[in-house]
Amino acid sequence: MMRDPRKAWLRAASLGIMMFLYLPIAVLVVYSFNAAKLSTAWQGLSLQWYALLARDHALLVALQNSLLIAAVSTAIATLLGVSAAVGIERLPWRRRTWLDGAFLLPLVMPEVMMGVALLLFFVLIKMPLGLLTVTIGHAVFNVPVVTMIVRARLRKLDPHLEEAARDLGATPWQAFRRVTLPLVRPSVIGAALLAFTVSLDDFVVTFFTAGPGATTLPLKVYSMIKTGISPEINALSAMLVVVSMALVGLSLVMQRTNEK
Amino acid sequence: MQANPSVELREVVKRHGSTPAVESLSLSVRHGEFFSILGPSGSGKTTTLRLIAGFEHPDQGDILIDGRSVLDVPPNLRPVNLVFQQYALFPHLTVFGNVAFGLEMRGVARAEIRSRVDAALGMVQLSGKEARVPAQLSGGEQQRVALARALVNRPAVVLLDEPLGALDQQLRQEMQGELKAIQERVGLTFICVTHHQEEALTMSDRVAVMDRGRVLQVGAPKEIYGAPASLFVAEFVGLSNRVDGRIIAVDGTRCRIEAPGLPAIQADAPAGAGPGNPVALVVRPERLHLSQPSASNGFDNVVPARVAKTVYNGHEMQYQLHVAERLSWTVRVQNDNGGQKPFLPGDAVAVRWNCDDGVVLAR
Repeated sequence: MMRDPRKAWLRAASLGIMMFLYLPIAVLVVYSFNAAKLSTAWQGLSLQWYALLARDHALLVALQNSLLIAAVSTAIATLLGVSAAVGIERLPWRRRTWLDGAFLLPLVMPEVMMGVALLLFFVLIKMPLGLLTVTIGHAVFNVPVVTMIVRARLRKLDPHLEEAARDLGATPWQAFRRVTLPLVRPSVIGAALLAFTVSLDDFVVTFFTAGPGATTLPLKVYSMIKTGISPEINALSAMLVVVSMALVGLSLVMQRTNEK
Repeated sequence: MQANPSVELREVVKRHGSTPAVESLSLSVRHGEFFSILGPSGSGKTTTLRLIAGFEHPDQGDILIDGRSVLDVPPNLRPVNLVFQQYALFPHLTVFGNVAFGLEMRGVARAEIRSRVDAALGMVQLSGKEARVPAQLSGGEQQRVALARALVNRPAVVLLDEPLGALDQQLRQEMQGELKAIQERVGLTFICVTHHQEEALTMSDRVAVMDRGRVLQVGAPKEIYGAPASLFVAEFVGLSNRVDGRIIAVDGTRCRIEAPGLPAIQADAPAGAGPGNPVALVVRPERLHLSQPSASNGFDNVVPARVAKTVYNGHEMQYQLHVAERLSWTVRVQNDNGGQKPFLPGDAVAVRWNCDDGVVLAR
């Protein structure tokens, strides 16, 4: 078989891009197992930095904050996002278009602006900054994420299914509960997983809306870096990367089960 | 026999935006009747069905089921069940789950659900397939599930939207007979929407022909086919041969029609016919007789023609004829008339028929 030179090129370019994207992360993960105190020199395999993490009280609090914020904001965003998706898909096509824009805007707006806007808003209504404000902030940028994913699935559903349920005696709520929701469930779970990940990894909005005592993992990493890059940060970041990748992967799997 | 009709529509008007989908529609469907609404796409027949099911709300008029207005009744509380065109089976539920859905929604006891679903599946010959999901069923089986899902609720009226439209020809003919048999067994009112005239004629007790939001004629299949009330009905239902002309004389029940290029035609006079009326004569292909031009007469009308094309259909021969150089007619001859040699393209023939073979309609 002839080897197509263009294919070889494509392969080389792809490899280059993948290296560019993942090599820093790979290095980070590898060095998190480095026994050396100074992270640039390799001095053998060790799990000591991970052990150190587990004993770092402030870090564990940050982890707890992150998980709590991610869980609550995901729940809020999923509830609102799914409701919005169902509502928008029922609108006549013409009235849908401006809502499309309204829901897309938070996704493309610079996150710094969103952070500033939220901060101003919370100051305006005199809400003390803390876990609650961060949670609300995360819910805000996650609603469009959930809405977009669930709408894509709803659009593929046979619109007659809900009518069939109504015809067979179901109230609108029963029709949604017994027919529509089970059919979009994988996409709802996928969207929630993605929202959870985005919340867990968010820095900018969190930075603006978090008050004292509401430090999340990304904020903690940032503050630790100010005092120099320790191998402990490598270990923490490596864990964040692995968890995020796993969640996103799971989210994609869930969304793909939709297609069947 | 109940006094009220099963379903009654009174002067119903429904517009989609500014275009009327249904215009001043009045229909009355009897109890236990197989009633078909026949019409081309866009005639408003599906809208009519959706109005009865409650998915559309009329702009004007009233809809009554068993004598009671249902305008304020939402679809889930109307005593009707719809068999959707693409079946709309719930893909995440089994066959049993699909059929049981309506009973569950109405809070029927578990044991009764089981026995009623079993009975409904038995009726449509799907026993033993309860645990399958719709994706594992053939098109014909899905259609049966959709039917069972409606019948199991024992509604006052079963609505069917192009019930056989998604099936292939062979299955469609089988199901026509079966659907009618099931309807007779359960004794429920069936209202069936179709654009397929053969389907409507074979299954129905009565047929309503619709066009552009209006009902043009309601009657038994025999009346619709044999005595169409308008040119649209005549041409939409079955094949028909048409010639346009003008009435030149009315003599009691008979009239004479003059058509360009043809000898004067004798026909049964339509009600209120008068000389000078522009009319069309319509004759069904099986009512025309073909013979040699020289053969002896014995028919009211004889018209010369030329064979343009022949189609051999097994049980019959179908001839395409040129009549008076401008009309294209079709004649069907059964392939059993002892030894008469078939005509060939190009042959000159005589087309014969009697007055009561054709219908004269205003145009």
